[in-house]
Amino acid sequence: MSTHRRISVTDDVSGVSVVRFVDKKIVDSGSIEQLGEELNSLVLVEKRNMILLNFDSVEFMSSAALNKLISLNSKVKAAAGRLKICCLRAEIKEVFTITRLDRVLDLRKTEADAIAAFKL
Amino acid sequence: MSSDQEHWHFDKVLSSDLDVGHAAIEELLTALAVCGWEGSDLFRIQMAIEEAIVNAIEHGNKRDESKKVHTVFRVTPEKVLMEITDEGAGFDHRNLADPTTDELVDQPRGRGVMLIRELMTEVVYNEIGNQVTIIKLRSDPVAEPS
Repeated sequence: MSTHRRISVTDDVSGVSVVRFVDKKIVDSGSIEQLGEELNSLVLVEKRNMILLNFDSVEFMSSAALNKLISLNSKVKAAAGRLKICCLRAEIKEVFTITRLDRVLDLRKTEADAIAAFKL
Repeated sequence: MSSDQEHWHFDKVLSSDLDVGHAAIEELLTALAVCGWEGSDLFRIQMAIEEAIVNAIEHGNKRDESKKVHTVFRVTPEKVLMEITDEGAGFDHRNLADPTTDELVDQPRGRGVMLIRELMTEVVYNEIGNQVTIIKLRSDPVAEPS
Protein backbone atom coordinates (compact mmCIF):
# COMPACT_ATOMS: atom_id res chain seq x y z
CA MET A 1 0.00 0.00 0.00
CA SER A 2 1.32 3.42 -0.94
CA THR A 3 2.12 5.94 1.76
CA HIS A 4 1.13 9.52 1.04
CA ARG A 5 2.33 12.54 3.00
CA ARG A 6 0.69 15.42 1.14
CA ILE A 7 -2.65 13.77 0.36
CA SER A 8 -5.13 11.29 1.78
CA VAL A 9 -7.10 8.98 -0.46
CA THR A 10 -10.41 7.25 0.20
CA ASP A 11 -12.27 4.97 -2.16
CA ASP A 12 -15.89 5.86 -2.81
CA VAL A 13 -18.31 2.94 -3.22
CA SER A 14 -18.70 3.87 -6.88
CA GLY A 15 -14.99 3.33 -7.49
CA VAL A 16 -13.93 6.97 -7.42
CA SER A 17 -10.71 7.78 -5.56
CA VAL A 18 -11.43 10.85 -3.44
CA VAL A 19 -8.27 12.82 -2.71
CA ARG A 20 -7.93 15.40 0.06
CA PHE A 21 -4.96 17.63 0.75
CA VAL A 22 -2.94 17.67 3.97
CA ASP A 23 -1.72 21.27 3.56
CA LYS A 24 -4.06 24.23 3.97
CA LYS A 25 -1.61 26.37 2.03
CA ILE A 26 0.06 24.68 -0.94
CA VAL A 27 3.06 26.95 -1.51
CA ASP A 28 6.26 25.30 -0.34
CA SER A 29 8.18 24.19 -3.42
CA GLY A 30 9.39 20.94 -1.86
CA SER A 31 5.87 20.06 -0.76
CA ILE A 32 4.49 20.91 -4.19
CA GLU A 33 7.02 18.63 -5.87
CA GLN A 34 6.10 15.85 -3.49
CA LEU A 35 2.41 16.54 -4.04
CA GLY A 36 2.92 16.23 -7.79
CA GLU A 37 4.72 12.92 -7.38
CA GLU A 38 2.01 11.55 -5.10
CA LEU A 39 -0.78 12.64 -7.45
CA ASN A 40 0.99 11.14 -10.45
CA SER A 41 1.60 7.90 -8.56
CA LEU A 42 -2.15 7.50 -8.11
CA VAL A 43 -2.36 6.97 -11.87
CA LEU A 44 1.03 5.56 -12.81
CA VAL A 45 1.66 3.25 -9.82
CA GLU A 46 -1.70 2.63 -8.17
CA LYS A 47 -3.51 2.51 -11.52
CA ARG A 48 -6.38 4.70 -10.37
CA ASN A 49 -8.11 6.55 -13.19
CA MET A 50 -11.32 7.91 -11.62
CA ILE A 51 -10.00 10.65 -9.39
CA LEU A 52 -11.77 13.42 -7.51
CA LEU A 53 -9.69 16.15 -5.89
CA ASN A 54 -11.60 17.61 -2.94
CA PHE A 55 -10.26 21.09 -2.05
CA ASP A 56 -12.46 21.74 0.97
CA SER A 57 -9.46 22.08 3.29
CA VAL A 58 -7.31 24.17 0.95
CA GLU A 59 -7.13 27.89 1.66
CA PHE A 60 -4.39 28.88 -0.77
CA MET A 61 -2.39 27.44 -3.65
CA SER A 62 0.24 28.90 -5.96
CA SER A 63 0.47 28.54 -9.73
CA ALA A 64 3.18 25.91 -9.20
CA ALA A 65 0.53 23.76 -7.53
CA LEU A 66 -1.88 24.48 -10.39
CA ASN A 67 0.74 23.09 -12.74
CA LYS A 68 0.68 19.77 -10.87
CA LEU A 69 -3.07 19.52 -11.44
CA ILE A 70 -2.60 20.08 -15.16
CA SER A 71 0.06 17.37 -15.29
CA LEU A 72 -2.22 15.00 -13.37
CA ASN A 73 -5.06 15.72 -15.78
CA SER A 74 -2.86 14.75 -18.71
CA LYS A 75 -1.90 11.47 -17.05
CA VAL A 76 -5.49 10.61 -16.17
CA LYS A 77 -6.54 11.29 -19.77
CA ALA A 78 -3.71 9.12 -21.06
CA ALA A 79 -5.00 6.35 -18.80
CA ALA A 80 -8.48 6.76 -20.32
CA GLY A 81 -9.73 7.98 -16.96
CA ARG A 82 -11.48 11.04 -15.61
CA LEU A 83 -10.39 13.74 -13.18
CA LYS A 84 -12.77 16.06 -11.39
CA ILE A 85 -12.25 18.80 -8.84
CA CYS A 86 -14.69 19.96 -6.17
CA CYS A 87 -15.19 22.23 -3.17
CA LEU A 88 -13.00 25.12 -4.33
CA ARG A 89 -13.29 28.23 -2.21
CA ALA A 90 -14.37 31.28 -4.22
CA GLU A 91 -10.92 32.87 -4.37
CA ILE A 92 -9.26 29.73 -5.73
CA LYS A 93 -12.11 29.24 -8.20
CA GLU A 94 -11.38 32.76 -9.46
CA VAL A 95 -7.80 31.69 -10.20
CA PHE A 96 -9.06 28.76 -12.28
CA THR A 97 -11.37 31.14 -14.14
CA ILE A 98 -8.73 33.80 -14.83
CA THR A 99 -6.30 31.22 -16.16
CA ARG A 100 -9.12 29.52 -18.15
CA LEU A 101 -8.30 26.26 -16.44
CA ASP A 102 -12.03 25.94 -15.83
CA ARG A 103 -12.16 24.96 -19.53
CA VAL A 104 -9.55 22.23 -19.09
CA LEU A 105 -10.45 20.83 -15.68
CA ASP A 106 -13.90 19.61 -14.65
CA LEU A 107 -14.89 21.73 -11.63
CA ARG A 108 -17.88 20.72 -9.49
CA LYS A 109 -19.41 22.56 -6.57
CA THR A 110 -19.74 19.70 -4.07
CA GLU A 111 -18.33 16.22 -3.63
CA ALA A 112 -21.80 14.76 -4.19
CA ASP A 113 -22.13 16.69 -7.49
CA ALA A 114 -18.76 15.41 -8.60
CA ILE A 115 -19.41 11.77 -7.65
CA ALA A 116 -22.71 11.93 -9.50
CA ALA A 117 -20.97 13.36 -12.57
CA PHE A 118 -18.67 10.33 -12.74
CA LYS A 119 -21.78 8.21 -13.31
CA LEU A 120 -22.96 10.22 -16.31
CA MET B 1 -4.93 60.77 10.58
CA SER B 2 -4.75 60.46 6.82
CA SER B 3 -5.89 57.11 5.45
CA ASP B 4 -2.83 57.19 3.17
CA GLN B 5 -0.43 57.30 6.10
CA GLU B 6 1.93 54.36 5.96
CA HIS B 7 1.17 51.80 8.65
CA TRP B 8 3.90 49.29 7.93
CA HIS B 9 7.10 49.39 5.90
CA PHE B 10 9.40 46.49 5.05
CA ASP B 11 12.65 47.05 3.17
CA LYS B 12 15.05 44.12 3.19
CA VAL B 13 17.59 42.40 0.98
CA LEU B 14 16.72 38.68 0.97
CA SER B 15 18.87 35.72 0.02
CA SER B 16 17.68 33.60 -2.92
CA ASP B 17 16.07 31.04 -0.66
CA LEU B 18 12.37 30.23 -0.92
CA ASP B 19 12.07 29.71 2.84
CA VAL B 20 13.42 33.24 3.36
CA GLY B 21 11.01 34.54 0.73
CA HIS B 22 8.06 32.82 2.38
CA ALA B 23 9.04 34.21 5.77
CA ALA B 24 8.91 37.71 4.26
CA ILE B 25 5.48 36.94 2.77
CA GLU B 26 4.24 35.81 6.19
CA GLU B 27 5.41 39.12 7.68
CA LEU B 28 3.49 40.95 4.95
CA LEU B 29 0.34 38.90 5.54
CA THR B 30 0.49 39.60 9.27
CA ALA B 31 0.86 43.34 8.63
CA LEU B 32 -2.00 43.28 6.13
CA ALA B 33 -4.28 41.60 8.68
CA VAL B 34 -3.35 44.21 11.29
CA CYS B 35 -4.27 46.93 8.75
CA GLY B 36 -7.68 45.35 8.16
CA TRP B 37 -7.06 43.57 4.87
CA GLU B 38 -9.11 40.38 4.58
CA GLY B 39 -11.11 38.12 2.29
CA SER B 40 -10.53 38.13 -1.44
CA ASP B 41 -8.21 41.16 -1.38
CA LEU B 42 -5.91 39.41 1.08
CA PHE B 43 -5.98 36.22 -1.01
CA ARG B 44 -5.19 38.13 -4.21
CA ILE B 45 -2.26 39.95 -2.63
CA GLN B 46 -0.89 36.68 -1.29
CA MET B 47 -1.23 35.10 -4.74
CA ALA B 48 0.56 38.00 -6.45
CA ILE B 49 3.44 38.29 -3.99
CA GLU B 50 3.92 34.52 -3.92
CA GLU B 51 4.30 34.50 -7.70
CA ALA B 52 6.56 37.58 -7.72
CA ILE B 53 8.92 36.30 -5.00
CA VAL B 54 9.14 32.80 -6.48
CA ASN B 55 9.77 34.27 -9.94
CA ALA B 56 12.57 36.46 -8.55
CA ILE B 57 14.29 33.59 -6.73
CA GLU B 58 13.74 30.77 -9.22
CA HIS B 59 13.66 32.47 -12.63
CA GLY B 60 15.49 35.74 -11.89
CA ASN B 61 18.31 34.67 -9.60
CA LYS B 62 18.03 30.99 -10.55
CA ARG B 63 18.40 30.13 -6.85
CA ASP B 64 21.98 31.42 -6.90
CA GLU B 65 22.54 32.18 -3.22
CA SER B 66 25.16 34.81 -4.07
CA LYS B 67 22.35 36.86 -5.65
CA LYS B 68 19.83 38.80 -3.60
CA VAL B 69 16.20 39.86 -3.84
CA HIS B 70 15.53 43.45 -2.75
CA THR B 71 12.04 43.49 -1.31
CA VAL B 72 10.01 46.55 -0.35
CA PHE B 73 6.48 46.44 1.07
CA ARG B 74 4.46 49.51 2.02
CA VAL B 75 1.08 48.89 3.62
CA THR B 76 -1.77 51.24 4.49
CA PRO B 77 -5.39 50.28 5.13
CA GLU B 78 -6.28 51.32 1.56
CA LYS B 79 -3.20 50.56 -0.52
CA VAL B 80 -0.38 48.03 -0.70
CA LEU B 81 2.81 48.58 -2.70
CA MET B 82 5.22 45.70 -3.29
CA GLU B 83 8.50 46.17 -5.16
CA ILE B 84 10.60 43.10 -5.92
CA THR B 85 14.01 43.40 -7.56
CA ASP B 86 16.21 40.44 -8.39
CA GLU B 87 19.79 40.34 -9.70
CA GLY B 88 19.03 38.28 -12.79
CA ALA B 89 19.14 39.24 -16.46
CA GLY B 90 15.43 40.11 -16.56
CA PHE B 91 12.93 38.87 -19.14
CA ASP B 92 10.86 40.14 -22.03
CA HIS B 93 7.73 41.04 -20.07
CA ARG B 94 6.16 42.77 -23.08
CA ASN B 95 5.99 39.66 -25.23
CA LEU B 96 4.95 36.82 -22.95
CA ALA B 97 2.87 34.09 -24.52
CA ASP B 98 -0.78 34.11 -23.46
CA PRO B 99 -1.22 30.96 -21.30
CA THR B 100 -4.98 30.95 -21.88
CA THR B 101 -4.80 30.20 -25.62
CA ASP B 102 -6.00 26.81 -26.84
CA GLU B 103 -2.40 25.84 -27.61
CA LEU B 104 -1.05 26.66 -24.14
CA VAL B 105 -3.95 26.33 -21.71
CA ASP B 106 -3.13 22.72 -20.86
CA GLN B 107 0.61 23.34 -20.47
CA PRO B 108 1.85 23.24 -16.86
CA ARG B 109 3.72 26.58 -16.88
CA GLY B 110 3.58 30.30 -17.59
CA ARG B 111 0.71 31.58 -15.42
CA GLY B 112 2.53 33.51 -12.69
CA VAL B 113 2.96 36.87 -14.44
CA MET B 114 -0.55 36.71 -15.86
CA LEU B 115 -2.03 36.12 -12.40
CA ILE B 116 -0.13 39.07 -10.94
CA ARG B 117 -1.45 41.33 -13.70
CA GLU B 118 -5.03 40.09 -13.43
CA LEU B 119 -5.30 40.19 -9.65
CA MET B 120 -3.59 43.50 -8.88
CA THR B 121 -4.57 47.12 -9.53
CA GLU B 122 -1.30 48.15 -11.21
CA VAL B 123 1.78 46.17 -12.24
CA VAL B 124 4.88 47.83 -13.69
CA TYR B 125 8.11 46.15 -14.78
CA ASN B 126 11.34 48.03 -15.30
CA GLU B 127 12.94 48.06 -18.74
CA ILE B 128 14.89 44.81 -18.47
CA GLY B 129 12.30 43.02 -16.35
CA ASN B 130 14.25 42.29 -13.17
CA GLN B 131 12.08 44.60 -11.07
CA VAL B 132 8.33 44.56 -10.63
CA THR B 133 6.28 47.14 -8.77
CA ILE B 134 2.84 45.91 -7.76
CA ILE B 135 0.05 48.05 -6.35
CA LYS B 136 -3.24 46.83 -4.92
CA LEU B 137 -5.97 49.19 -3.82
CA ARG B 138 -8.59 47.98 -1.39
CA SER B 139 -11.70 46.83 -3.27
CA ASP B 140 -14.02 48.30 -0.66
CA PRO B 141 -12.24 51.38 0.72
CA VAL B 142 -12.47 52.16 4.38
CA ALA B 143 -14.90 55.03 4.81
CA GLU B 144 -13.34 58.25 6.03
CA PRO B 145 -14.88 59.59 9.22
CA SER B 146 -17.06 62.59 8.40
